[in-house]
Amino acid sequence: MAWTQNVLRVNLSQGTCIKEPLNMVWAKQYLGQRGLATKYLSEEIDPKIDALSPENVLIMATGPLTGTMASTGGRYSIITKSPLTGAVACSNSGGFIGAEIKNAGWDMIIFEGRAATPVYLYLENDSAELIPADDLWGRSVWDTDEELHRKYQDPLLRVATIGRAAEQGCLYAGVINDLHRAAGRSGVGTVMASKNLKAVAVRGTKGVGNIKNPIAFMKATVDGKKVLADNAVTGEGLPKYGTQVLMNVVNEVGAMPTRNMQEVHFEGADNISGEAMHEPRASDGKPNLTTNAACFGCTIACGRISTIDQGHYSIQNKPEYWGASGGLEYESAWALGSDCGIDDIDALTYANFLCNEDGMDPISFGSTLAAAMELYEMGMITPEQTGGVELKFGSAEALTKMAELTAKGEGFGKELGLGSKRLCEKYGHPELSMTVKSQEFPAYDPRGIQGMGLAYATSNRGACHLRGYTVSSEVLGIPEKTDPLATDGKPALVMAFQDATAAVDSAGLCVFTTFAWTLEDIAPQIAAACDGEWTAESLVETGERIWNLERKFNMDAGLTGKDDKLPKRLLKDAAKTGPAKGRVNDLAKMLPEYYSLRGWTPDGVPTQETLDRLAI
Amino acid sequence: MLKSLQIEPEKCTGCLQCEMACSYENEGVFNPSKSRIKVFTFHDEGRFSPYTCTQCTEAWCLHACPVEAIVYNAETGSKDIVDDVCVGCKVCTIACPFGTVNYNHDSGKVIKCDLCGGNPACASACPTDAITYVDSEHTGLDRMRLHAEQNLPQ
Repeated sequence: MAWTQNVLRVNLSQGTCIKEPLNMVWAKQYLGQRGLATKYLSEEIDPKIDALSPENVLIMATGPLTGTMASTGGRYSIITKSPLTGAVACSNSGGFIGAEIKNAGWDMIIFEGRAATPVYLYLENDSAELIPADDLWGRSVWDTDEELHRKYQDPLLRVATIGRAAEQGCLYAGVINDLHRAAGRSGVGTVMASKNLKAVAVRGTKGVGNIKNPIAFMKATVDGKKVLADNAVTGEGLPKYGTQVLMNVVNEVGAMPTRNMQEVHFEGADNISGEAMHEPRASDGKPNLTTNAACFGCTIACGRISTIDQGHYSIQNKPEYWGASGGLEYESAWALGSDCGIDDIDALTYANFLCNEDGMDPISFGSTLAAAMELYEMGMITPEQTGGVELKFGSAEALTKMAELTAKGEGFGKELGLGSKRLCEKYGHPELSMTVKSQEFPAYDPRGIQGMGLAYATSNRGACHLRGYTVSSEVLGIPEKTDPLATDGKPALVMAFQDATAAVDSAGLCVFTTFAWTLEDIAPQIAAACDGEWTAESLVETGERIWNLERKFNMDAGLTGKDDKLPKRLLKDAAKTGPAKGRVNDLAKMLPEYYSLRGWTPDGVPTQETLDRLAI
Repeated sequence: MLKSLQIEPEKCTGCLQCEMACSYENEGVFNPSKSRIKVFTFHDEGRFSPYTCTQCTEAWCLHACPVEAIVYNAETGSKDIVDDVCVGCKVCTIACPFGTVNYNHDSGKVIKCDLCGGNPACASACPTDAITYVDSEHTGLDRMRLHAEQNLPQ
């Protein structure tokens, strides 16, 4: 079993919280979390609606393995229609609240409608209550978390909340749980704000039982943990350096997008890398990294807990930032760092703190700022618009100032909150926006890693590294090495990664396990916990079903195959240095084959035959 | 050989595998809120620390119990709750200076670490060896070895 089989339906317009049974027919088709919630979303809303209207629904969903002893089994996702992309949004987060929702006895919470005035949901096992949040509106994530803990005098309360960025309409605002874990991408926080829903506070004491075959489950999870511990990436690299283990690796491959993706190598990467986070600083002899930290149930523990140098200009007069908090991950270090040409690790850490404190996606924020810097250097944006701030590549002061403004929706930060696509259109240079389906790129240049170009172009939530992480194969050689500069075989590789990832997400597990685990390691854990026959093959089919359902949602929302594209810069301007020198991304060579493998028309539309085969 | 749980907080990542293992062993569900071992997070310091019963020799809880529901287990050295005898008066939860005996609302009894009868599930589940089960008379052995190593003749 493993599912609690309970769904909490919260109608914010009517102020009601109603318990309903989980649709088990769908659960066996879509597993849980990402897949199952996308099914609910597809059935409950017209994909064409305005994402910020009360007609949108927002689903917080756990997977069947969330809250169990399966390593990394603590994850939840927020699924809704995105205001940034107009496509399906699915933002995954670790921390502890996913397991807490499950411990309280719920597989998912569906929020519909819009509250007349701000509210938060207080959930304690079976008891769910909407409570006025007028006093919390306008306050940061950290402040809100502290206030709710103070109010309930309960240190074990878990809180997911939006910050001021979402309230101010930043289109890439996320939902932060446990102070610094983020359902970060695609503006899921912006949707939450549009519903006048400030926070969800959960306390669950029921536990997760209902495991189909407990003895087999304990054996499968112990076996799985051993595989993670024995693997060089999950057992050594990630605990020691976090995802930042990639900074120097990707830079060497010549796939480090730099200065709004004008270049593919960052000369300052050494200064902001995972290794740099371990270096004692001159002022107090302490390193940036205080400790690594795990999310619920995770035996990898890649999380970074950092402090900023107390003498750094950004915080020297702000003791509230002197404590340890969520540190730089590779994506945030890249977006705030190399994409803006900045190698001041303390400035990056401070900007990252601000992203957590007020709930905004550091990838989209950093990429949007990078585009603004290019526009500024071209003279399209002037000091008049920025409030006198020199938005030049390499300026740490510009980064920290703009992070402060965007987090609160003030000054030029309001414009940065629009995202790169809308900003570049406003200033007359849409071609400078490094986005797919209006969502900003993550940290792998597809000129140097060809498969990632196809993965970005076809990602169902816009540019994203977590839908099909072919970097694993093309750079790290997992499960087998492919040539990052070749296009042959990449369509099949991208498709395999996309389908497998959809299944892993939907189980409630972390995708980082797949550096070590294949579906052969994951299937026995799901099969021992859940009703139904779960094998590596059935998980691939489940993943393919989820992928096609997301695609269908997007098609129904009005997107087409024409949206499976990359910015011209990546297709026309060759990489200037490194192993990929002279290369562009050869998307056109890969896309038709990908459509064909997917069973889609040459225009990228899933055929009826494909939908029927997958029982969609 | 009598063994003890040894906790080294500097190795803890805060993953709660120990809490799940404990609750599963004792309650049959993965439920941190019913765990006899607790991991505490000190957020601003960036530190984690597991804590549980140290199995005092002169156990306050055992002496305080008015119905003799807490008994000495000679095999493991643990002080165990006899559920059938416990009346849920909670005096032991007050007597324990460390707070490691706690009331379980669902059963109406108290719960505390009993070393799982000599095979503590928390230690088996800990991925970083922050919790180990070692010779009671040599819990300092690893630290002694560390210092001995530092004093090796050059």
